Amino acid sequence: MDKFTKLTGVAAPMPLVNIDTDMIIPKQFLKTIQRSGLGKNLFDEMRYDDQGNERPDFVLNQPAYRRAEIIVAGDNFGCGSSREHAPWALLDFGIRCVISTSFADIFFNNCFKNGILPVVLPQEAVDELMDDARKGENARITVDLESQTVTGSDGKSYAFDVDPFKKHCLLNGLDDIGLTLEKAAAIDSFEGKAATLRPWV
Amino acid sequence: MSAPRTLYDKIWDDHVVQQDADGTCLLYIDRHLVHEVTSPQAFEGLRMTGRKVRAPEKTIAVPDHNVPTTPGRETHIDNEESRIQVDALDRNARDFGVVYYPVSDIRQGIVHIVGPEQGWTLPGMTVVCGDSHTATHGAFGALAHGIGTSEVEHVLATQTLIQKKSKNMKVEITGSLRPGVTAKDITLSVIGATGTAGGTGHVIEYCGQAIRELSMEGRMTVCNMAIEGGARAGLIAPDEKTFAYVMGRPHAPKGAKWEAALAYWKTLYTDEGAHFDKVVTLKGEDIAPVVTWGTSPEDVLPITGVVPAPEDFTGGKVEAARRALDYMGLTPGTKLTDIKIDTVFIGSCTNGRIEDLRAAAAVLKGKKIAPGMRAMVVPGSGLVRAQAEEEGLAQIFIDAGFEWRLAGCSMCLAMNPDQLSPGERCAATSNRNFEGRQGRGGRTHLMSPAMAAAAAVTGHLTDVREMMAENA
Repeated sequence: MDKFTKLTGVAAPMPLVNIDTDMIIPKQFLKTIQRSGLGKNLFDEMRYDDQGNERPDFVLNQPAYRRAEIIVAGDNFGCGSSREHAPWALLDFGIRCVISTSFADIFFNNCFKNGILPVVLPQEAVDELMDDARKGENARITVDLESQTVTGSDGKSYAFDVDPFKKHCLLNGLDDIGLTLEKAAAIDSFEGKAATLRPWV
Repeated sequence: MSAPRTLYDKIWDDHVVQQDADGTCLLYIDRHLVHEVTSPQAFEGLRMTGRKVRAPEKTIAVPDHNVPTTPGRETHIDNEESRIQVDALDRNARDFGVVYYPVSDIRQGIVHIVGPEQGWTLPGMTVVCGDSHTATHGAFGALAHGIGTSEVEHVLATQTLIQKKSKNMKVEITGSLRPGVTAKDITLSVIGATGTAGGTGHVIEYCGQAIRELSMEGRMTVCNMAIEGGARAGLIAPDEKTFAYVMGRPHAPKGAKWEAALAYWKTLYTDEGAHFDKVVTLKGEDIAPVVTWGTSPEDVLPITGVVPAPEDFTGGKVEAARRALDYMGLTPGTKLTDIKIDTVFIGSCTNGRIEDLRAAAAVLKGKKIAPGMRAMVVPGSGLVRAQAEEEGLAQIFIDAGFEWRLAGCSMCLAMNPDQLSPGERCAATSNRNFEGRQGRGGRTHLMSPAMAAAAAVTGHLTDVREMMAENA
């Protein structure tokens, strides 16, 4: 997993609420057995018409946002299915950070496993950053995980919370399976106790 | 005496392997369910790192999302990508030695129907699956939730998950349901009341008389859609109905182990005075048969209602409603019962069990579907299918004009050939009405099996209570 430390980039405004995982990556693209290559189908049904042509009004098709690395989104981003193909598609497109007032739980966790930082900010802050993002490619937003701040193009900063363990893993690009396997003795011991307490499991 | 605990607290406490100072826990997983769509990259990860599946006997794999629901699928799947995914699961199940129900096995079906049916799901367990509808298993008083593929790999390798505890939320349904109102109407009404983010950060415990009065299958329908309410999981305290359902299933405990299990299961309830961070109460008698009108499961209205206008909402929902009405091709003010449909889908992990098929068949008996209607029933498992055939339900569906399919997820998410075409409008017993969910441009109205059956007959969204009155 790539580290996430500090990112300065173009932010695409997507004010729609409840952007679900079927919008982010429709199911016909879940048939892959790989993690890569999903970027071209990110937001597929919003991004392309029935003939496969780009819809010019969709934000990521507009010249200013074709290389966006950040999305500023409406409430409850990533709701719906558990498909990790959603963060895989975002990452493959080049998105490393999504800013919203709230995220669906599974999507939120999936982001951290893939080097994407989901940032939760209050409505007012998201509204201001949304306006900033609407200014286009000259308005770059900076997201600094170490200091836990988002800074808009006008220099105004917003502090955000992040789980310390998730932050540690993201800053260092850590594989958490490796970390857990170091605790094998504790898992062995738990299994031993559970076998006595709940032998039917 | 220790502080009073919720059901969720108790299950959580019994599965913590290790807790860090910041509250991050390593949580032990009792059952890991696996399907073909969200697991290939996880097994590949194990191969690349030379890791094994830690507890293959606690890992249960079944193909469901991609599989066609038409005959011949045991030998050949036409769609190449689907075939590759199903073949990959087959190979991974054999290479890593996990429990496996292939397409050719009569026990194959939707993973969330197979787990309870085979007795893999038991009260007090932690159950995960790379699928958001894992919440279904909460009906047994198990802590069950969906995970992403990286977490699937983590569970395969370590039989644990790194987790922080969620908050406790209580959803109480008081009193009894009125005739024609079902578990599906409860769960949709709760989402309508709280919104799709209403449960975010929480585990919901459903309780109250109306919940207690539900069968186990009805409880599974309620818990199944906890995720659409944004919750990490939904659960219901086990009771005599739960124990009766579990007893005698292939992988349920037997003999002395059964007695020990039963004693433990009877401790699985929320203590008097335990703290809930959020409480929502609905009156059972106020719940009507409901349908969704929009493209979010929170877009719920009683069937007696009319299509809303964007101006009926506030904030970001105004624009979302405008977009939804445009996508759904609906005009504000239209009576919901005037909305014509051309497709009916009965099935899914929400409503693909035998009682669901019985409820739909009861409405359809002696009737025909409307002219031009395309209607299909996809049983949740091979065993549900066999039972429905034995009970004569299959014949009722076939006589009414329904297609009688093989088990799988099918048109709930349309990864297999069962899909809507652009502009087609479907009465569906599944769980999501998102844009494109059942096929690009397809329009979905969610409802109960009885309501979907009624719509199949009339050709438009229908209040099943009126049809019940006619039948009486």
